[in-house]
Amino acid sequence: MDFDLTEEQRLLKESIDRFAADNARDPAAHGTAPDIWPQLAELGVLALPFSEEDGGIGGGPVETMIVMEALGRGLITAPYLPSVVLGGGFLRLGGNAAQKAEFIPQVAEGSLKMAFAQLEKGSRYDLYDVSTTAKRDGGDFVLDGRKGVVLGGDDAGLLVVTARTAGSRRDHDGITLFLVDAEAPGVSRRGSAAQDGTRVAEIAFDGVRVPAGRVLGEVDGGLPLAGHVVDVALAALCADSLGAMEELQRVTVDYLKTRQQFGVPIASFQALQHRAADMLVAVEQARSMAVYAAMMAEETDILTRRPAIAAAKAQVNRSGRQVGQEAVQLHGGIAMTWEYKAGHYFKRLTTNDVIFGDTDHHLRAVMQEGGLVEEV
Amino acid sequence: MDLRFTPEEIAFRDDLRRFFREKVPAEIRKKVAEGRHLDKEDIVTSQRILNAAGLATPNWPVAWGGKDWTPVQRYIFTEELQRAAVPLPLQFNVFMVGPVIATFGSEEQKRKFLPATANVDIWWCQGFSEPGAGSDLASLRTTAEKRDGKYVVSGQKAWTTLGQHADWIFCLVRTDKSAKKQKGISFLLIDMKSPGITVRPVITIDGAHEVNEVFFDDVEVPEENLVGEENKGWDYAKFLLANERTGIARIGLSKQRLARAKRLARETEAGGGTLWDDTDFRRRVAELEVGLKALEITQMRVVANQTKRDADKPDPASSILKIKGSELQQLTTELLLEVAGPYAIPAPDHEQPEGWNEPAVSPEWADAAAPLYFNYRKVSIYGGSNEIQRNIIAKAFLGL
Ligand SMILES: Cc1cc2nc3c(=O)[nH]c(=O)nc-3n(C[C@H](O)[C@H](O)[C@H](O)COP(=O)(O)OP(=O)(O)OC[C@H]3O[C@@H](n4cnc5c(N)ncnc54)[C@H](O)[C@@H]3O)c2cc1C
Ligand SMILES: Cc1cc2nc3c(=O)[nH]c(=O)nc-3n(C[C@H](O)[C@H](O)[C@H](O)COP(=O)(O)OP(=O)(O)OC[C@H]3O[C@@H](n4cnc5c(N)ncnc54)[C@H](O)[C@@H]3O)c2cc1C
Repeated sequence: MDFDLTEEQRLLKESIDRFAADNARDPAAHGTAPDIWPQLAELGVLALPFSEEDGGIGGGPVETMIVMEALGRGLITAPYLPSVVLGGGFLRLGGNAAQKAEFIPQVAEGSLKMAFAQLEKGSRYDLYDVSTTAKRDGGDFVLDGRKGVVLGGDDAGLLVVTARTAGSRRDHDGITLFLVDAEAPGVSRRGSAAQDGTRVAEIAFDGVRVPAGRVLGEVDGGLPLAGHVVDVALAALCADSLGAMEELQRVTVDYLKTRQQFGVPIASFQALQHRAADMLVAVEQARSMAVYAAMMAEETDILTRRPAIAAAKAQVNRSGRQVGQEAVQLHGGIAMTWEYKAGHYFKRLTTNDVIFGDTDHHLRAVMQEGGLVEEV
Repeated sequence: MDLRFTPEEIAFRDDLRRFFREKVPAEIRKKVAEGRHLDKEDIVTSQRILNAAGLATPNWPVAWGGKDWTPVQRYIFTEELQRAAVPLPLQFNVFMVGPVIATFGSEEQKRKFLPATANVDIWWCQGFSEPGAGSDLASLRTTAEKRDGKYVVSGQKAWTTLGQHADWIFCLVRTDKSAKKQKGISFLLIDMKSPGITVRPVITIDGAHEVNEVFFDDVEVPEENLVGEENKGWDYAKFLLANERTGIARIGLSKQRLARAKRLARETEAGGGTLWDDTDFRRRVAELEVGLKALEITQMRVVANQTKRDADKPDPASSILKIKGSELQQLTTELLLEVAGPYAIPAPDHEQPEGWNEPAVSPEWADAAAPLYFNYRKVSIYGGSNEIQRNIIAKAFLGL
């Protein structure tokens, strides 16, 4: 049992932390943010999770955690989660040799961005609730359906799409994953800005032809793979929220020391001190679970992995709510303004909360698996 | 980064698991599991079994019966002891006065007290708090005046846990009234049989006799019972309180209670099925389990860091463990109360009138649920209340 980083991980952390600090998003700045994707590619972090034989760097979930924590701390909006963690995760864990050879180098060098088109009207957080259809037609499949709130969906070049090849809407079987060219005929996208400064898209598939070679994993058996990749992404999200919380907590404590009212720094009021202390407790609980999630993300036994990841997301969500709301309250009016950064951390925590499942959803998952503690 | 135990650590854990279950009598462990009050006999028996195996005082210096275990081994020991529902070794002996004597006591005191303390041949109690000195412990007023090579002690101690069983009491007393609050305090060891000591029981809301008031009326204490230097007692007390807070999270205990609540919920009829079928109930279990898991990892992070930390720096982690650990302990007792439901209403046997001899309506375990819940409100009050812990985090760590 140890919580130390290896020498390589430490170096990674130093460089990505420095990068994130230098490129921290200034929410008050208007206009489009500079594109930092090439710099992330140059740093090597886009190649991080891929194995060396696939052209990557061979990092694991701890490396992903280090990167995501830094991105959260810097409020960075580059689509690392959709492209590298999700898209890359599908290629790593489900791609065949040809698919890996074709796409991983492009994702790793940053020339191709990916996104996961999964959510449908009414499906909320259930990955298996899929109505989009894929019908065989000769050697191809033809996709019809509509996906919403696709993270990073409007400038991705390659989409991973869940579609139903058998069964009915909420069946666990009969779901197939497809690699779909975002520019293919029949794909139409409507992009939108998101609360956290990232971009999302609604994507329609109207008779989109996808060759059988672009099926990811097994026909009709895509759900376990999707579940695993989403768990990897949940672990990454926990780290992103952790980074955001750490910074928000720090900013709040600094503010308490400088803001004067009644002739004294407001930090001298015990009512605020105790709430700030509770924020720290919440951050530390979240840190523990973000670490736990990273440790469990690559676990292939679903009965071990699922409740662990669900528990982590539930805790991180709960801590994130508390830290976000308290940070705004402890600041007073200034945190209500767009100009000031605290509110933007609050917003990032709020959107992270609902990505791939809110607290209720994950507590239900913990509950369904029978929980975490039994008599020995 | 790796959360797993090594094969050696797993073997260590399995040995302890076996030892605790095979050697510590099942009746005693059952009482602990049900959260019932333990007799003096239970605690003594259990601690002597541990002591005979060299396991009563692993936190002491090796020369005095301690173990040079790694922090991880210590963690495993505590966790397994609690999960097996073995009574915790007497806190006052093992975590409080023992380490103080071993660290600051004279050779003579070590020889006289340490082996007897490890084996509970001496039962110690803690005489720190007073009616006027709770969180603000340094305002204590019990005095010890030096007269003819003896200390003469006068005053009153409050909240003395299990003082009714005690052979000796370790006290903070004021030896210099003119000095600043913390400066004039000394650490004295006092024989409870000394003339002038009166112990008065205080019954707590769970109906139990757990705490006492101890009165000192010109009690003569030999000079050699002073620990360390005169007027340095506050330093020793701080050392003691820091020891008290490690392991305060009691995660093993909360796990054991939670697991038990789940089993009982599966056995408890409700809504035409069992309580376990009730998703509202299970959701609350899940919430608790999540918080407990997070605290467990937090504890492991602290343990893994222990070897690296500068021991003199304030560690916000121990305050975090105290706050969350006590909250979760309280939540698990609350959960058990809710599993008992209406069967929590009848009072346990010992609160019934003299001669009462009726068959119980409640399942055997259920009448302990409410007293345990009531009793556990204490854990956020003592050991430095949770508000004091928040002050510590705010001042020492956040710099507020
Ligand atoms: C959306 C919005 C609309 C508003 N509209 C108007 C308006 O139309 N007209 C107008 O005049 N004003 C308006 N206000 C200002 C509002 O009244 C102030 O925000 C409010 O008085 C708090 O002051 P502050 O924001 O400077 O926070 P501060 O006073 O700096 O407080 C910061 C934090 O310290 C806490 N705090 C301060 N003093 C103490 C203390 N003694 N003990 C414990 N905690 C303390 C506060 O509760 C808060 O959590 C508006 C504010 C907002 C956010
Ligand atoms: C069951 C039980 C067993 C005990 N056993 C022992 C024992 O064996 N030996 C022994 O010496 N003592 C023992 N204690 C005493 C224990 O250490 C004290 O109860 C504790 O120090 C709190 O003191 P108090 O009860 O006087 O509360 P007070 O100090 O009067 O506190 C009252 C309330 O005010 C809050 N408060 C106090 N100061 C501050 C502050 N600065 N900022 C914010 N809030 C504050 C507290 O958190 C609490 O909520 C025991 C207590 C209990 C309940």
